[in-house]
Amino acid sequence: MTGNHPPVTDWSVDFDHADPTYAADPYPIWEEIRGRGCPVAHSDRYGGVWFPATHELVSEIAYDTERFTSRSVLVTEGRPLAPAPQGIAPPISSDPPFHHGARRLLLPAFSPKAIEKLEPFTRAYCHELLDAVAGREVIDGAVDYSQHIPVRVIAKMLGFPLEDADTFRKFVHDVLESVDLPIERRLENFLELDAYLTAQVEDHLAHPRDDLTSFLLDAEMDGAPLQPEHVGGTIVLLLLAGIDTTWSAIGSSLWHLAGHAADRQRLVAEPELLPLAIEEFLRAYAPVTMARLVVDDMDFHGCPMKKDEWVLLPFPSANRDPAAFDRADEVILDREENRHAAFGLGIHRCAGSNLARMEMRVALEVWLERFPEFSLADPAGVQWSGGQVRGPRVLPIHVG
Amino acid sequence: MRVRVDGDKCQGHNRCYSLAPELFDVDDYGNAHELNDGVVPPGLEEKARLAAANCPEYAVIIEEDA
Ligand code: HEM
Ligand code: SF4
Repeated sequence: MTGNHPPVTDWSVDFDHADPTYAADPYPIWEEIRGRGCPVAHSDRYGGVWFPATHELVSEIAYDTERFTSRSVLVTEGRPLAPAPQGIAPPISSDPPFHHGARRLLLPAFSPKAIEKLEPFTRAYCHELLDAVAGREVIDGAVDYSQHIPVRVIAKMLGFPLEDADTFRKFVHDVLESVDLPIERRLENFLELDAYLTAQVEDHLAHPRDDLTSFLLDAEMDGAPLQPEHVGGTIVLLLLAGIDTTWSAIGSSLWHLAGHAADRQRLVAEPELLPLAIEEFLRAYAPVTMARLVVDDMDFHGCPMKKDEWVLLPFPSANRDPAAFDRADEVILDREENRHAAFGLGIHRCAGSNLARMEMRVALEVWLERFPEFSLADPAGVQWSGGQVRGPRVLPIHVG
Repeated sequence: MRVRVDGDKCQGHNRCYSLAPELFDVDDYGNAHELNDGVVPPGLEEKARLAAANCPEYAVIIEEDA
C-alpha cells in the first residue's frame, strides 16, 4: 500500500485498485459498481482502466482472447514493451497461438499427481514454522506462517537456494504490490530481479540437475529449444505467480477462521470438510485480479474502450456476484454449488492451482492440528495488501 | 445416469477429479475425462451432480436416464 496516487472520491469514474480504501475493504465498492445501470467502472489513471464488476462480464472478457490481449496482466503507469503473442512472462503474458505450447510445457510439473509428491515436504515445513514460534501467545499468521510456505515450495521446485526466501519475497513485493511507483523505480526493481535470476540460470547451465529450471533450459517447443527470454520470463512468472497469491489465500483463510469461531469449531470437528471449505475461502476471498489490454478501439456493452486501455479482471468481485452465487456475501463452508473463478477462467486457468490447493490444505491442516483454538489478537490491526493481489500482510492471532 | 467431460471446454481446474475420483481421471496436462464410459454406478449420482455443479467452465455434462 504505497499511496502514491491521490485518494479516490468517486469509484465509478475514478477507480483505483491501489487505493488504501480498496485494500482495506473492497466489498462495498464492488457492490456499488455492480448495482449501477452499467456495472463497469472507469478511470483515467494508469492511462485508462476499466473495471467490469459482474461474473458475466468477467467471464466474457476472460474467454475473449481476440479483443483483449494478455500482453500484460499487471496494470501499471507504462505499457509493456514485449510484443504479443509471447509477452514478457509466458504463458501468462501470451496470446494464442503461442500461449498453448508455452502453457502445455509447464502443466505436467503441476499436475495433481506431480504435486502430491511435494506434500510431505510442505507438511514438514509447516510444522517447522510453528515449532519456531512455539510457546508464544500471539503469532502473526501472515508474517510468521503463510508468507513462508509458497516461497519454500517454489524454491525447491525451481532448485534455488532455500535460504534466499527473503530475497524472493522482496521481488514479489516490488513487482506486484508497488504498481503505482514511477516507471523508473519499477525498472530498477526489475533489473535487480533479472540479475538474481541470471546468476541462478548460469549455475543451472553449469550444473544441470533434476528441477524445473534445468527442465526449462532443456525444453523444446515446436522442435526448437526455448529462447532465453522465454525461459527467464517463465521462471519470473513461477516465482512471482505462486508466492503472493498463495500466501494471501492461506492468510485470508486463517483470518476468516480466527474471526468466526463457529466455522473454526466445525472444521476442527469435521476435518473432512476442509477441501470444500478451501474452495469456499477461495471464492469469498479470491486473492487475484488479473488484467488485459484492449486490442483495438471498440464498443463493449456501451463502454467506449480505446486501444491499449487496461481492463481489470476482478475474479474476486465476480465470486461475490449475487447473480452467480446464492448468498454470495456469506461464507458457507460446505457450499455445494461453487463454480468460483479464483483461478481464472478459460485458457489461462492458473497452471499452479493444484499446487496452491495442496499448500492451502496442508497449511490449514497443520495449523488446526496445532491450534484448534485461536482468535484475532487485534482485529483492527490486520493489514491487507493492495494492488492486484489481496491478502492479509499483518495478522496477529491469539493462540495461547 | 452418465457423465461426460466436454474436452473443448475443460481447462483442467480439477474440481471434478478431486470431488469424484471414482468418476473422473486427469491426464498429465490436467485435462479431465470420464471413467468407465461415463456410466455412473448406483450410489454415486450425488457425486456426479456435485462435480457438475463445481466445474467453473461448465464442462461436466450429466445425462440423466430417460
Ligand atoms: C491461491 C493461489 C493462486 C491463485 C488465486 C492464482 C490465481 C491465478 C489466476 C487468476 C490466473 C489467471 C491469469 C489470467 O487469466 O490472466 C493464474 C495464472 C497462473 N498461475 Fe496462478 N494462482 C495461484 C497460485 C499459483 C501457484 C502456486 C503457481 C505456480 C507456481 C501459479 C502459477 C500460475 C501460472 C503459470 C499462470 C499462467 C497460466 C497461463 O497463462 O496459462 N499460480 N493464477
Ligand atoms: S472441473 Fe471442469 S474444467 Fe476442471 S478438470 Fe473437471 S471438467 Fe475440466
